[in-house]
Amino acid sequence: MQFLARASAASLRRSQAATEAFQRLGACGYATTQLTVRDALNSALDEEMERDDKVFIIGEEVGEYQGAYKITRGLLQKYGAKRAGFTGIAVGSAFQGLKPVVEFMTFNFSMQAIDQIVNSAAKHHYMSAGQITCPIVFRGPNGPAAGVAAQHSQDFAPWYASVPGLKVIVPYDAEDNRGLLKAAIRDPDPVVFLENEIMYGESFEVSEEVLDKDFVLPIGKAKIQREGTDLTIVASGKLVGFALQAAAELDKDGVSVEVVNLRSIKPLDRETIAASVKKTHRLLTVEEGWPQHGLGSEIIAVVVEEAFDDLDAPPERVCGVEIPMPYATPLEDAALPHVSDIVRVARRMFNLE
Amino acid sequence: MTPRLSSCSRTGGAGADRLAAFRPSRGPQRPTRAARQVFAKAVATPTKEASTSASKSASISSETAKELYRDMVLGREFEEMCAQMYYRGKMFGFVHLYSGQEAVSTGVIKACLRKDDYISSTYRDHVHALSKGISARKIMSELFGKKTGTCRGQGGSMHMFDAEYGLLGGYAFIGEGIPVGLGAAFTSAYKRRVLGDDGADQVAVNFFGDGTCNVGQFYESLNMASLYKLPCIFVVENNRWAIGMNHLRATGSTLGDEEPWIHKKGPAFGMPGVHVDGMDVLAVREAALEAVARARRGEGPTLIEAETYRFRGHSLADPDELRSREEKEHYAARDPIPQLRAYMLKHGLASETDLAELHASVAAEVDDCVEYADASPKPDMSQLLENVFADPKGFGIAPDGRYRYELPGFTAGTAEVS
Repeated sequence: MQFLARASAASLRRSQAATEAFQRLGACGYATTQLTVRDALNSALDEEMERDDKVFIIGEEVGEYQGAYKITRGLLQKYGAKRAGFTGIAVGSAFQGLKPVVEFMTFNFSMQAIDQIVNSAAKHHYMSAGQITCPIVFRGPNGPAAGVAAQHSQDFAPWYASVPGLKVIVPYDAEDNRGLLKAAIRDPDPVVFLENEIMYGESFEVSEEVLDKDFVLPIGKAKIQREGTDLTIVASGKLVGFALQAAAELDKDGVSVEVVNLRSIKPLDRETIAASVKKTHRLLTVEEGWPQHGLGSEIIAVVVEEAFDDLDAPPERVCGVEIPMPYATPLEDAALPHVSDIVRVARRMFNLE
Repeated sequence: MTPRLSSCSRTGGAGADRLAAFRPSRGPQRPTRAARQVFAKAVATPTKEASTSASKSASISSETAKELYRDMVLGREFEEMCAQMYYRGKMFGFVHLYSGQEAVSTGVIKACLRKDDYISSTYRDHVHALSKGISARKIMSELFGKKTGTCRGQGGSMHMFDAEYGLLGGYAFIGEGIPVGLGAAFTSAYKRRVLGDDGADQVAVNFFGDGTCNVGQFYESLNMASLYKLPCIFVVENNRWAIGMNHLRATGSTLGDEEPWIHKKGPAFGMPGVHVDGMDVLAVREAALEAVARARRGEGPTLIEAETYRFRGHSLADPDELRSREEKEHYAARDPIPQLRAYMLKHGLASETDLAELHASVAAEVDDCVEYADASPKPDMSQLLENVFADPKGFGIAPDGRYRYELPGFTAGTAEVS
C-alpha cells in the first residue's frame, strides 16, 4: 500500500503541471478534442492534487507501478511517495481534514474494507452530530470485466447506493469521468466513484470547457444523453453506451429513444427520470448488476411514485442474470446484458415482435 | 445437528467440554523451549549445500528424488504451456504462473501431504493443484473454460476447487484463503477432539505470499491456530514482490533486523517460525516434514517462510518492468530444477537417461492435457443456473406457484430466476 502526496514549493510545479496536462490532453487551440477515460481520470487527479495539498492518493500499486490500470501514471514522479497502510488510515486521515483518494485495484477488493467505508466513512458525520467530516473518494474499476469470473466480476453500485451518508457516482464518458471525479474530490462527504476497466481505453470527444482546470459536474444531476419521444432508457456507466447503440437500432423501427445517463446513483436525480418518462410514457432500465434490489428496482420505484399515471406500459428491466459470474466465455456471455437484449425487450414493449 | 463452538461458550455443560478441547494449554503443558525456538536458516548460501556436504550421502531415496523432480518439471512445463495457450487465446482473464517457485509446491505438497489433507491456495494455484495429484487434464480443461475442468469451466484460473483432493480453493483475494484453510484444520481437530474420530489427523496447509503478510486475516489466523493448537501450516511463498511492490518497501523490519522477516512473526503468536531456502526442494521438504508431523501429532501450527522467486511477471498481463535484471539473474541461477538435477546426478539417484525419460513423460503429459482440453466440450447452458444454491428451491417460487427451478427453461438456462 502506498500513498502519493504533494510536497512543498508547489508554485513552480503548478505552472509546469498545467502546461504538461494540456500538452497531454492535446487541448491547445482546438474547440473539441479526443480524450480517453484514463486520461480524463489522470488529469482530474493531477489537477486536484495541484489545487489542494490536502489531496493525496492511497492504494495498492499506485506508485512505482503507476496503478494496476495506469490511472495514476506519472503522479508518483511528480508528487513523490510516502507509504502507509490503506482504507482505514485514509478514512482516519479524512476525519482529521485530509482529502484522500483511495484507489481500489478493483471494487471487488473493497469488500475487504467495507466496514471502514460503510461503518466509518459513511456514518461518522451523523454519529458525531456534524463534528467529524469525511471528505474522501473511493475510486476504481467496478462491474463485470472479461474472463475473470465470480470474485472479480460484479457490480457494487446498488450495495453502496443503499448506504445513507455515501454518495455514489457511475461516470460514462471522458467528460463524466473528469468532471465528476473533480467534483468528488472537492466534495465534503465520502464519495464512491465506480469506474469500468473496459472503458479506460475508450476515447471521447470533449469540448474546451471540459478541459478547464475548474470544470466540475454537479453530483446528483443526471444528463439526457440522447433526446427522444417514445421510450426512456435509464442507464449508467458503460451501459449508457449500450443504450445509445440500442437507441440507434430502435430508430430503424421508428421508436424514438431518450437515454438518461444517471451519472449519480446517489443522490438519484428523480426529477430528470420522472420528467423523461412523463414525456415518453415508457421506461426501460439497463444495468449489469443483479435484478433483485438493484438500480432498476429503485428507478422503477421512483417512476411509480412520480409518474405512475403517465405510464403506457409496464416498466421493464434488463440486467445481469442472478448468478455468480461464470468463467467460461459462453456462460459469461449468457450472464450479461447485451445491446441485442435491450433492443429485444424494447421491441416487446411496443409489440414489435 | 452438528454442535457449534460458538454456542458452546454460552451454554456450558457438554458445550463447555467441547470448548475445553480447544482451550490453549497453560502451565505444565506449555510448549517446550525447543518447540518455541526459531529455526532460522541462512538463505544467502543455499542450505542444501551445507547439509549435504556434511553427510556426503543422499538424504532421500532414488524413488523419492525422481518423484519430486518429475513434479517440479511438470509444474514448470505446465505453466509454460499455459503462457502459450493464453497468448493463443485459449484461456482468458488473469493467468498467474508459478514458474520458479516449484520447490515450494513440490517440497510441501508432493513430498509431505496425503490426498485427504487440505491445501488453500491463491490465484497462483495451478501447480499446487498438480502437486496435490489433480490431473493435468482437469486443470488445463478448467483453464480452457471447458466442461471437463475441475469446476466445469465455472471457476477458471483463479478459482480452482477440488473437494476430492482437498484443494480448498484458489482464492483470488489476498488473505482470503488463510481463514478458510484454518477452518479445515479446525474441522480436523474437531473431529478428533470432540467427535472422537482418532483417525482424523488431516492437516491443512495455507499457501500465500509476502504481500499477504500485511493483511489482517494473516494475523487473526495465526492467533486462532496457535490458541487452539490446530493442525495448520502457514507457508509464506516469499517471492519478494507483490505485483510491483517490493517486500522491503511494504513491510517494517522485525526488531533488531534489517530485513522484515516473516518467519519471526510465528514465535510472537506461539508457534515455530522456520526460514527456508524456497529454491531448494530438499530444504523445503525437510522443514515441511517436521511441520506436518508436529501438526499430525496435535502439537499445533508452524509458520514456514520459504524464500523463492517467480521467473515471470505477476500475471501474464504484467509488463514486469520493476524487477532488476541483476535480481532476476541471481534467482535464475538458483533455479530449483537444475539444482535438484545436479544433486541427483552427483549422488547417483538418477542417470541422465532416467532424467531424459522423466522429461519425455512430462512433455507427453502436458501435450496430452492440451489436446484433451481443446477437444473437450464447452459447458452446457444448463450450468448457467445450476449450483447457485445447493437446494434449487433457493430461487423461490414462480408466479404460477411452481418453484422456479421446475420451470421448463431452467435447465436451458433461460428461466427467469428473480
